[in-house]
Amino acid sequence: MVDLPAFVTGTDRLKRGFARMQQGGVIMDVTTPEQAEIAEEAGAVAVMALERVPADIRAAGGVARMADPVKVRSIMDRVSVPVMAKCRIGHTAEARVLESLGVDMVDESEVLTPADPFHHVDKRAFSVPFVCGARNLGEALRRIHEGAAMMRTKGEAGTGNVVEAVRHIRQITDETATLQSMNTDQLLQYAEKERVPVELVREVRTLKRLPVVNFAAGGIATPADAALCRMLGVDGIFVGSGIFKAQDPGKTARAIVEASLHYDDPELLARVSGGLGEPMKGVEISTLAPAALLQARESVLRPTP
Amino acid sequence: MTSGTVGVLALQGDVPEHTEVAASIVGPDHVRPVRTPKDLAAVDAVLLPGGESTTLSRLLDHAALREPLLERTRHGLPIMATCAGLILLARELEPSPHGRDPQTLGVLDVKVRRNDYGRQVDSFETKLEVEGLGKDVPAAFIRAPRILSVGPGVRVLARVREDPVLVREGHLWGLTFHPEVTGDPRLHRYFLTESGVLRP
Repeated sequence: MVDLPAFVTGTDRLKRGFARMQQGGVIMDVTTPEQAEIAEEAGAVAVMALERVPADIRAAGGVARMADPVKVRSIMDRVSVPVMAKCRIGHTAEARVLESLGVDMVDESEVLTPADPFHHVDKRAFSVPFVCGARNLGEALRRIHEGAAMMRTKGEAGTGNVVEAVRHIRQITDETATLQSMNTDQLLQYAEKERVPVELVREVRTLKRLPVVNFAAGGIATPADAALCRMLGVDGIFVGSGIFKAQDPGKTARAIVEASLHYDDPELLARVSGGLGEPMKGVEISTLAPAALLQARESVLRPTP
Repeated sequence: MTSGTVGVLALQGDVPEHTEVAASIVGPDHVRPVRTPKDLAAVDAVLLPGGESTTLSRLLDHAALREPLLERTRHGLPIMATCAGLILLARELEPSPHGRDPQTLGVLDVKVRRNDYGRQVDSFETKLEVEGLGKDVPAAFIRAPRILSVGPGVRVLARVREDPVLVREGHLWGLTFHPEVTGDPRLHRYFLTESGVLRP
């Protein structure tokens, strides 16, 4: 009998490994094959295929859903870099559609209108890897426990204002540091409060970071914004509206790629930041009504009293 | 054991994973990121990580590393290149049906087609029999390229079905998979020992 090696797909190692290959890079929102080409040409490590960029979702109002499969496929046909796409929080059917299309990663995203008020998608049941947003460590751990292979900050998408992304990076960093000083009882209490297994909390304590890569997202509009997030320790950058709402998308995209890689080189940042024209206009967060904050969207099953 | 200095090309990709494996073998003091020609001049071997080959190729030019890397390669610099790294070394790329292909260094005599085992959902893990190392070497193939043909000076050290997946041409090693995400340091150790970087 010949001993054939076994082939396995869809493992945590392959899902998290895919995300690890994106490190240092910039993932860009695109809405057409032409934009995807511009992003690839500029050095994007992946593109996110969308119906509208978050700033336009904000402006349009109504229910924001998964992009048209025809559009997603047309973008997949145009570029060789990985293509990601967003499904609504808890919308397992949209996620299955995107998986069947062959997208390389699904973003279960608060930028779209949530579909399930109680549950997120059971991401372990999929072969395709998922990325999810988080504002704090507990939220990140809940998503990782559900099977997310990559995390990103939620920030506040479509605002061109980096303050919320910075808040979420710092929040996760600070909470991770706090775990170091906790004793066994406190770790158990923390795990219970956040509704995650204590083993996952212990893993984060040992690693001194999340067990998956963590990117910045939500409000990054300039090369310096990307550099700031990288200085604060994230593994890479998502840029949504910041590129194709800028006056010169190609040039802005190239500059953000450079900034993500050489964030600790101020002279280079000065060079690439110059002459880009107008960035997207941007929104002051305090002018947004609480209901307009996308970052607050997390579906939670509350225990009945 | 004594060791030379191992560089990890640190422009984009899974640099931390390669750095960690190399450090577990030669010690953290003997591993350095390579981001500039000056960094490159100070190392005895280079690991080319996985990542996006189109992005990596562009960044080699931006960092002014392409010519120095070619020059040192001509003078025998040992290189272990994984996945996107292998694409950078390849002599020839079969054009991709979609998107742009990167400009390669053209130093390893193989012909390669990118992402040829399918998209991410088709990524797979398996175990390899590696010539000179042994059986059951774990390997993760992530949107892997396929080696379509190898030149006469290239030795095939491992295959999956008919495809070469680990090749060696003198001091240049090319892998279509990722040993750095499996937690098994044997392939890195094998490369560093065979290259004379790690000495008993």
